[in-house]
Amino acid sequence: MSRDPSVDEQLETSMGKSMRKPYTPKMPATWWLRRRAYFLFIVREVTSVFVAIYCVILLVGLCRLKEGGDAFESFLVSLRSPFSIGFHVVALLFAGYHSITWFNLTPKAMVIRIGEEKVPPLLIAGSNYVAWLVLSAALIWIVLKG
Amino acid sequence: MAKSNEPIWWSLFSAGGVIAALLIPAFMLVTGLILPFVDSPDEIALRELAQHPIARLLLFLVISLPLFHWAHRFRFTVADLGLHGAKVLVAVLCYGSAIVGTVVTGYVVCTL
Repeated sequence: MSRDPSVDEQLETSMGKSMRKPYTPKMPATWWLRRRAYFLFIVREVTSVFVAIYCVILLVGLCRLKEGGDAFESFLVSLRSPFSIGFHVVALLFAGYHSITWFNLTPKAMVIRIGEEKVPPLLIAGSNYVAWLVLSAALIWIVLKG
Repeated sequence: MAKSNEPIWWSLFSAGGVIAALLIPAFMLVTGLILPFVDSPDEIALRELAQHPIARLLLFLVISLPLFHWAHRFRFTVADLGLHGAKVLVAVLCYGSAIVGTVVTGYVVCTL
């Protein structure tokens, strides 16, 4: 007589380990090209690569600023190269896409209530966009006013 | 239930996502596309600005947290795109690079 499979599962879970091999679905490497939604998902994940590369460039820039003089000047020269401009333009587009997807997800990840009332999702997302604009303007102003 | 350090990585991922969303585009615009083309960027003024305690803290967070954000996303993207083996190795390499980057950034902002 065979037992209900869910009993087996409960037993395994209670023992803290699974006897079964994990199931790994076989998918072609190009699965994410099949649908627009899949493609946009991968694009969203890839934004983090551009952001991370930029962070390393910023770190290098800080080191050059610390050394000062010729080191900083040659860093500026490399920033003026077509390759650098191209990278920063593309990275900016990816970073902007990250911002938009991140802000639009916040109301789903964080439901705020005031008393019984839910704060409308649009208000939460909207306040993110306002903060984005204010912080960006403040940063640009602080760095460039000198 | 097995102990998991997932909440730590997730918190860093999340904090990095917020920083990246709110500040990275403006940083890219300023340091990558505006400053290099300003007539003569004032090196001394820039250094003084970066040496302000708040600026040091901000620079530290703006560089280190998005590295953890990247590590967390990249780790799962590698699996999503077909590399299912070597999960532990991928995780160690991703979070490891973020940790190294954070230590280096901490040193640089402290000694600016």
